[in-house]
Amino acid sequence: MQNSILISTNNLTKRFPMGEDAVVALDQVNLQFRKGEFAGLVGPSGSGKTTLLNIIGSLDVPSEGEVLVLGEAIEKIGHKAAARLRNRHIGFIFQTFNLLPVYTAFENVEFPLLLQRIPESQRKKAVWESLEWVGLTDKAKSRPSQLSGGQSQRVAIARAMVKRPSIMLADEPTANLDAQNSHNILQIMERLNRELQTTFIFSTHDEKVIQYLRRKITLDDGRVASDETFTTERAGS
Amino acid sequence: MIIFQLALRNLIRAGLRTWLNVFVLSLAFVAIILMQGVNQGIIEQASRSMIDSELGGGQYWHANYDPFDPLTLEDAHAPLPPELQRLIAEGKATAVLVSQGTIYPGGRMMPVLLKGIDPRQQILDLPTAELANHAGTIPVLLGSRMAESTGLKVGDPLTIRWRDAHGTFDARDALVVQIMNTSVQTVDQGQVWLPLDTLRRMAAMPGEATLITLAKNTSPPANFHDWDFKDLNFLLRDVREIVRFRKIAAGILNTILLFLALVAIFDTQILSVFRRRKEIGTLIALGMTRSGVIRLFTLEGGLHGILAVVVGAIYGIPLLGYLASTGIPLPQSSEGFGMAIGLVLYPVYGPALVLGSLLLVLLTVTVVSYLPTRQIANLKPTEALRGRVL
Ligand SMILES: Nc1ncnc2c1ncn2[C@@H]1O[C@H](COP(=O)(O)OP(=O)(O)OP(=O)(O)O)[C@@H](O)[C@H]1O
Ligand SMILES: [Mg+2]
Repeated sequence: MQNSILISTNNLTKRFPMGEDAVVALDQVNLQFRKGEFAGLVGPSGSGKTTLLNIIGSLDVPSEGEVLVLGEAIEKIGHKAAARLRNRHIGFIFQTFNLLPVYTAFENVEFPLLLQRIPESQRKKAVWESLEWVGLTDKAKSRPSQLSGGQSQRVAIARAMVKRPSIMLADEPTANLDAQNSHNILQIMERLNRELQTTFIFSTHDEKVIQYLRRKITLDDGRVASDETFTTERAGS
Repeated sequence: MIIFQLALRNLIRAGLRTWLNVFVLSLAFVAIILMQGVNQGIIEQASRSMIDSELGGGQYWHANYDPFDPLTLEDAHAPLPPELQRLIAEGKATAVLVSQGTIYPGGRMMPVLLKGIDPRQQILDLPTAELANHAGTIPVLLGSRMAESTGLKVGDPLTIRWRDAHGTFDARDALVVQIMNTSVQTVDQGQVWLPLDTLRRMAAMPGEATLITLAKNTSPPANFHDWDFKDLNFLLRDVREIVRFRKIAAGILNTILLFLALVAIFDTQILSVFRRRKEIGTLIALGMTRSGVIRLFTLEGGLHGILAVVVGAIYGIPLLGYLASTGIPLPQSSEGFGMAIGLVLYPVYGPALVLGSLLLVLLTVTVVSYLPTRQIANLKPTEALRGRVL
């Protein structure tokens, strides 16, 4: 199934009601993402990057058009099926990390597996493995308030990958990080992509992130302005 | 259950606020049980002592007898029907003749009820045996309140004046032979007990009585002409009535207490839904449904109730148990709220009371926990993730 299409949008349009008329956030977007891609959405503020990620992540629905994610039609998916899709197959990484504040790093990473009702021994093993991936086994017992920004984002990555999702959606993951931390988490994600064939889609303004991308989709005013693929590895290696 | 674990974890880690809510709620919970237990204790204690020393298993009243109108006493006496005589002979009932009289303690004049009772009776827990074997004088038995208000002591003489069946006034000297301690005011205050035969002779009412008290658990023979059977339900209605008012008062107080606790929890829940929007969005992104989040938040609130029960049990069981076993001393002046309670009140907590309060607390807490979380159903996950307030 190498290179099979995981995500495809067909004339995806998203409007947000705004007083009398509506803001068009996405306008007839046609995109496909294959397994193992390391792609990024770039473009000016308000161009629709977050909106597209949200729809792919089944957190929002299209106004028009079709979106197929891992065989699920997002435009008509129900609450339960969407929750299941997110829980099993989609990892989210947010600009503001979004760790659950009263949980320890370990518990944050464990959470998606709890929802999946995975037995404890298996769960523990998977959590430690994920924490190892991001190099934070020594912070397992720390609360988010005791972690630095870089550490928090690494916990968030561990939480997103612990269930081995097919797709990772990262909305400006480096916006709150300094250069060194940004490179650090990008290298972690690149390694995940390489070793586990996890598909990554970023939304970003950050040149540091753009360096790592193997596909750069530029959005402008809700439209796909360009879609470039780079065959050579560019950074981080 | 996963969601239960998560809710408990969230709640306990929320720290001080949780414990404050839990403590206030546990106070309400313990107070409800205590107050209701006190009222139940009053009913049971008052009923028990009234049954023991006055009411037995119920009473036959002469048709004209009205305890609230002494003027009816003149006509409220009659010879006993044979069935009741037989019960008395078998030791399953005892007769009391009630008549009006006047005594003159320390030169004062004081209207009293003269009550004649068989000194050998075993039906009521009154020291009537002391009235036997006092030839040549009229032995009388007084309650301690009566003794106090008249200043009479054992061995004191006492002048009694009365009117007999023919309307003739007569007066004689009597002798106080016994003062009894009783919590039952209706056998004490304003009453003078003397041997039944003596009173019958004095009043010229041979073989007559005003009321007949059955032994406990004796089923009454049918009603007789001129004699009405009054069961305990009827005879104890005053106690129940007074306690009913106390229960209403306690209910108001409990409602206020519970209300305060519930407001605190309601407030916490509203704040949670408001402040934890981003967390809600994250939970949804991680694969919870909105109804799952609602369940989680409702459970978090509802767990206040369960924690309150646990915390309440930790200090409530020893406290309530101690009060139930050693009793609550009542100030002498309160006279047991006007009821036959004595100086120490023992609260009684029945399983129905405890279980009822438990359910009440858990149910109301769950409801106030749920209400604010309904908002989550209208929350868009994308808005929630931004932590934006709608
Ligand atoms: N919930 C909403 N209600 C109304 N308009 C919205 C909503 N979400 C997004 N929009 C609008 O849709 C357009 C696209 O927004 P979006 O957040 O996708 O942009 P973006 O590319 O992620 O921008 P940025 O780089 O600033 O994050 C913007 O014009 C925005 O104002
Ligand atoms: Mg954005």
